[in-house]
Amino acid sequence: MNIGVLALQGAFAEHLAALRKLGVNGVEIRQRADFQAGLDGLILPGGESTVMGKLLRELKLYAPIRDAIAAGMPVLSTCAGLILLAERAENNEKTYFALMDITVRRNAYGRQLGSFRTTTDIAGIGPYPMVFIRAPFISSVGPKAHVLATVDGHVVAARQANMLATAFHPELTDDLRVHSFFVNMVAQVNANCRQQQTA
Amino acid sequence: MKEKPAATPAKFVAACLQARTIYNRNKDKAMDNRYDLNKNLAQMLKGGVIMDVSTPEQARIAEAAGACAVMALERIPADIRAAGGVSRMSDPKMIRSIQEAVSIPVMAKVRIGHICEAQILQAIEIDFIDESEVLSPADDVYHIDKTQFSVPFVCGAKDLGEALRRISEGAAMIRTKGEPGTGDIIQAVRHMRLIMSEMRRIQSMRQDELFQAAKTLQVDVALVNYVHENGKLPVVNFAAGGVATPADAALMMQLGAEGVFVGSGIFKSGNPAKRAAAIVKAVTNYQDAKMLAELSEDLGEAMVGINEQEIKLLMAERGK
Repeated sequence: MNIGVLALQGAFAEHLAALRKLGVNGVEIRQRADFQAGLDGLILPGGESTVMGKLLRELKLYAPIRDAIAAGMPVLSTCAGLILLAERAENNEKTYFALMDITVRRNAYGRQLGSFRTTTDIAGIGPYPMVFIRAPFISSVGPKAHVLATVDGHVVAARQANMLATAFHPELTDDLRVHSFFVNMVAQVNANCRQQQTA
Repeated sequence: MKEKPAATPAKFVAACLQARTIYNRNKDKAMDNRYDLNKNLAQMLKGGVIMDVSTPEQARIAEAAGACAVMALERIPADIRAAGGVSRMSDPKMIRSIQEAVSIPVMAKVRIGHICEAQILQAIEIDFIDESEVLSPADDVYHIDKTQFSVPFVCGAKDLGEALRRISEGAAMIRTKGEPGTGDIIQAVRHMRLIMSEMRRIQSMRQDELFQAAKTLQVDVALVNYVHENGKLPVVNFAAGGVATPADAALMMQLGAEGVFVGSGIFKSGNPAKRAAAIVKAVTNYQDAKMLAELSEDLGEAMVGINEQEIKLLMAERGK
């Protein structure tokens, strides 16, 4: 299994390390030529969404990645990655791929002094240590997506078909359950594809 | 006759001691947690460019060009160098105006050892404090005890000993000192190469040699052990000081930097927006020479550099 990790800016090395621990091959996506056939899934990491959004367009990665996700490529997005996926953003903030039926609030917890750590249940995974760094949260979830976790009444993890999004950073903890949940998602999609091809 | 105070029951004393232990443990845990969160913010900046800005307008240009954070300061290092005199923390009002102008993290500088300037920046909820040799040092012996703060600190280093000493004082991020405001990359290169080669040397040591290494570096052996096992610093390590072109930025990335600070190099050049955007892309694709060639085209005038032999004041020598 090959999983691409968007490596334009931010904490992509931590995602690659998590994939390595699970025995999955991670592929750095730094430019158009890196995003090729043979990728089974994609991770959009944490970092600054403004930087990634700009580089996606300038490095001509925006259209191919958007098309791939829209066509069903499984994607795990964390923090800034979640902002990239969201269809709507509060306060007239920019949207990017705009594929996931959620509204996001950027810097929802304020500046760095508002960053925190907590442990809360994720549906289907259980209690999970969550690290929030100048994090966004999901202020509303549309009918196409469903909630996986909330903290203080705010949605911090959601899923919509092939898209899994968290406001926190599973790659900053040693707990690999979110990544292995995603790897299972990818395996399932691949199995379904193969079934369709043979049918 | 005065009444003798009743002897304190042993149970009560024990309870007090236990309460104090629990209090201290929780306090330590809370601070540990804070330190981890602060190191985590530095991780989010990796692969990015942090730009010096002195007005909200410049901050917006930097953000639009793809800066992952901005450093708010009244005068960029080249101007500090030209003006001479004592340079201090910037006006909090000016820093606030930059915090309001952009959505990315905002950093600001305090003088080495100036505890109070740091408290002021923490009070205005700065995202990162740079205890910086670019400003005039306030203390020529002690750095700030950064473990006493909730906001993260980045500090400059020109060798591994300095880097690890700053980390034991609580720095959540390290950068090379370079020679700020010169547009000359030689010092940043020297510092990065030295830090990286010292780490490789420690990695190859026998276990029993690490104690001596800690002694010569004047650092805690636990930090030397960390470097021995991991071959890297326990915090993110950026390049800073003298970066003026996309090629400079890519060079620092190839030498092992995890991201780049650009000070005077952008707003002292002919076309700041274009140069800033080119440096951002160069950091992401630092190994693609073909792309670097395209990025280096038509950037207009680079900042006028000063060679290291031509300068009187070596800022990198401040704070050890």
